[in-house]
Amino acid sequence: MGRRAFIKNTSLASGGLVLGFSILNSCKPEQAKEMAVREMPKEWFEMNSYLKIGDNGVVTIYTPNPEFGQNIRTSMPMLVAEELDVDWKNVLVEQAPYHADKYGFQFTGGSRGISARWEPLRMAGATARQMLIAAAAETWQVPKEEVTAEAGVLQHAATKKSAGYGEMASVAATLTVPEEVQLKEVKDFKLVSRSQKNVDAKSIVTGRPLFGMDIQEEGMLIAMIEHPPAFGLTLKSVDGEAAKAMPGIKDVVTIKSFKDGYEKGGFDTNAFPELVAIVGNSTWEVMQAKKKLKVEWQPITAYSETIAGFGGKETINIPAGLESTTTHKSQMEALAAKPGKVVRKDGNPEVAFKNATTILERSYSAPFLAHNNMEPLNAFAHVAGDKVKIAAPIQIPSLIIPTIASSLGIPKENIEMDLPRMGGGFGRKAYAHFVVEAALISQKVNAPIKLVYSREDDMTNGIYRPTYHATYRAAFDENNNLTALHVKAGGVPESPLFANRFPAGAIDNYMAEEWTIDSNISIGAFRAPRSNFMAGAEQAFLDEVAETMGKDAIQFRLDLLKRAKENPVGERNDYDADRYAGVLELVREKSAWKENDATKHRGVSAYFCHNSYAAHVLDLKMENGKPVVEKVVCAIDCGVVVNPDAATNMAEGAITDGVGNAFYGELTFQDGVPQKNNFHQYQMIRMNDAPKEIDVHFVQNEIDPTGMGEPPFPPVFGAVANALYKATGQRHYSQPFITKKEVVG
Amino acid sequence: MAIFNLNINGETKEVDVDPATPMLWVLRDHVKLVGTKYGCGIAQCGACTVHLGDNAVRSCQLPVSAVGEQKITTIEGLSENGDHPIQKAWLEIDVPQCGYCQAGQIMSASALLKRNPNPSDEEIESAMNGNICRCGTYTRIKKAIKTAASSENV
Repeated sequence: MGRRAFIKNTSLASGGLVLGFSILNSCKPEQAKEMAVREMPKEWFEMNSYLKIGDNGVVTIYTPNPEFGQNIRTSMPMLVAEELDVDWKNVLVEQAPYHADKYGFQFTGGSRGISARWEPLRMAGATARQMLIAAAAETWQVPKEEVTAEAGVLQHAATKKSAGYGEMASVAATLTVPEEVQLKEVKDFKLVSRSQKNVDAKSIVTGRPLFGMDIQEEGMLIAMIEHPPAFGLTLKSVDGEAAKAMPGIKDVVTIKSFKDGYEKGGFDTNAFPELVAIVGNSTWEVMQAKKKLKVEWQPITAYSETIAGFGGKETINIPAGLESTTTHKSQMEALAAKPGKVVRKDGNPEVAFKNATTILERSYSAPFLAHNNMEPLNAFAHVAGDKVKIAAPIQIPSLIIPTIASSLGIPKENIEMDLPRMGGGFGRKAYAHFVVEAALISQKVNAPIKLVYSREDDMTNGIYRPTYHATYRAAFDENNNLTALHVKAGGVPESPLFANRFPAGAIDNYMAEEWTIDSNISIGAFRAPRSNFMAGAEQAFLDEVAETMGKDAIQFRLDLLKRAKENPVGERNDYDADRYAGVLELVREKSAWKENDATKHRGVSAYFCHNSYAAHVLDLKMENGKPVVEKVVCAIDCGVVVNPDAATNMAEGAITDGVGNAFYGELTFQDGVPQKNNFHQYQMIRMNDAPKEIDVHFVQNEIDPTGMGEPPFPPVFGAVANALYKATGQRHYSQPFITKKEVVG
Repeated sequence: MAIFNLNINGETKEVDVDPATPMLWVLRDHVKLVGTKYGCGIAQCGACTVHLGDNAVRSCQLPVSAVGEQKITTIEGLSENGDHPIQKAWLEIDVPQCGYCQAGQIMSASALLKRNPNPSDEEIESAMNGNICRCGTYTRIKKAIKTAASSENV
């Protein structure tokens, strides 16, 4: 198939590759040591923004999106290398800096990395390959249709001419970029869909500097912030004299993250825009001096603000007051008992419930969650006059640039940003307020600084997964047939509802309602936002519906999907019933699922989100009163799997993450104060609680890739709930499922 | 402030710091070995694990003044070329996701194999329970430890 090329020859356009400063360049040699060609090229020829070819055939691929553990620093370059048709062993990978003109939307999140880059990165490789072919044809004076390019070698069979890519790169780089390129068919892939090792693994296991936290620059100072101890409070005054008198301390300053009247974007979320910052020579000295800060806080006043998010502008209300979990719970229960806002209605659910022989009604809830990335929030900033250099482990650089520019009063063109590896993200590092803070601190103290959040600062700073509540009702006729389904869901401060997802479309009489409760506790995306609650609630409820009807849990779901496929109710169903059924069928086969299997305590759960489908069968046993996850079998349909072993790793992680949060994940509040601030209080899943075995399978197809990082996560909660029921005889409706306060250390 | 001569990865390093400074920050801020990671500062996550002699310790709880002449080994000094059996097993199993906790995991795992070359699942879990992996690579970590244990060179 021919595709129109969008690739610009940037070497001609800009006179060479203009890269940001590269603080973490020291990690390159580790990868170079593993190459087939041991010597670095003497000269590089830039083919386009994504790749340059050295005179000896070594290829450097610039990976555009920031890495936070999903292994796109390997899988994205694989797409380029596949179409360039080069030996993977001769490929070096470098992280591209933030550069919107060259790299488009450098967004890591929403499971959109690979799907968004699927064509552009392949075209970057294919375009360069075509230019190499043209260069060879021109040099050899032969028709370019007769020149082949494979594994880094150009050949003309008739004249027996042959040259490495490196030999033709200097000519190729000067040629006009072709307007149309041919991309390979999936069946012709040689690299993609074959597992390749993580290109950074050697650097990771040898402790090379990779992460934002690892940045060291000449003259760099360390900064930390002090934020209000409770949501609903803001800065009143600070006395920094005692702190400033401590050893190694340079300054105590206050910063304001937004200029008055600044129209925020959807990722500018920040409950604490006014902060105290303390700056000194070393992290330990700053940590000690921070304790000497004397800060007075005062209550916030309620306010409304207009946010320009992805979905257009919206107004949000931030109430004053100090909120508590007990109040949230009673508020949620009160709203769950009242009519909500009807988002979808099919058939006549009111009549169906009125005529029902039996009604099953169940309510589910889940608490706020903190992301708890292993790498606490941090950012390097150096504001020198009107020039800004930043290196920040963040998910969406482009969306914080306007805020940095506004807050500093410096044009955004003057901001350079490097994108070091993130030590986890899970949504939290999409909200880059800490980069604005770092830049403001650097500007105030007129020095390069690295802002470091302590674990406590990180855990209590906000942007949490919201607390949610959902009530499901099912109506049955006298023959125990399901006649109607009603879901009413809400949360503090957002609703988790997806009204058009399964089982909508499979049930004649269906109603979905939602409600919300305003809050001053800041919230944000957390791996599979909203889905990470709704999947568990829905899949636990469907389990109980199947049981009520005396049907096998998997067959019941397949029957509903058959209905949704053959005779769908409504027109807005946003899932593909075939692909959904496909993962259930695959997990049934791979787990050797049997109806009424009394030998195991098994729970099944399946969900659709981020355009992909995932199903799990989870086996659990009780040991000394404690659940042990023996095995999880997982089936995923995310289209073409670019790097199968890396995708398997991510699915294993999602399952472990889900089990951990289902068992333990919880953040509560008392008078606005988060009740946990470090891992002695916030229980994380550890090795002894992780599933003993995880078995991941992918549906094999040639569909363009859909999401992978998030889809396997949400259904875990349902699988845990359903297996726990089998193991204990008790249904579990409120997360976390294990509330024992003991924490392993 | 006081001067300390530390034996780190077989080299003597002189630092002039507050005696209460944890080794974690001595390593990261003063010796500029940033492979040892800050995760919690209270010995709950294991990201800062180093070897003190042959034992895995949490460097965030180890004041520089308590080290004396004991040998400190960090991830950077675990092997010459990243070829410790544990590191090789980590590469073979392709363990890391984000990678931030992995130095601590590797230091805990290598100390385990030194004292117990052939650990059972339960012994592995017990030794590794102090190391949190937020990405959830535990099944691979366990597999890599077993792979290294079955290799000859531990």
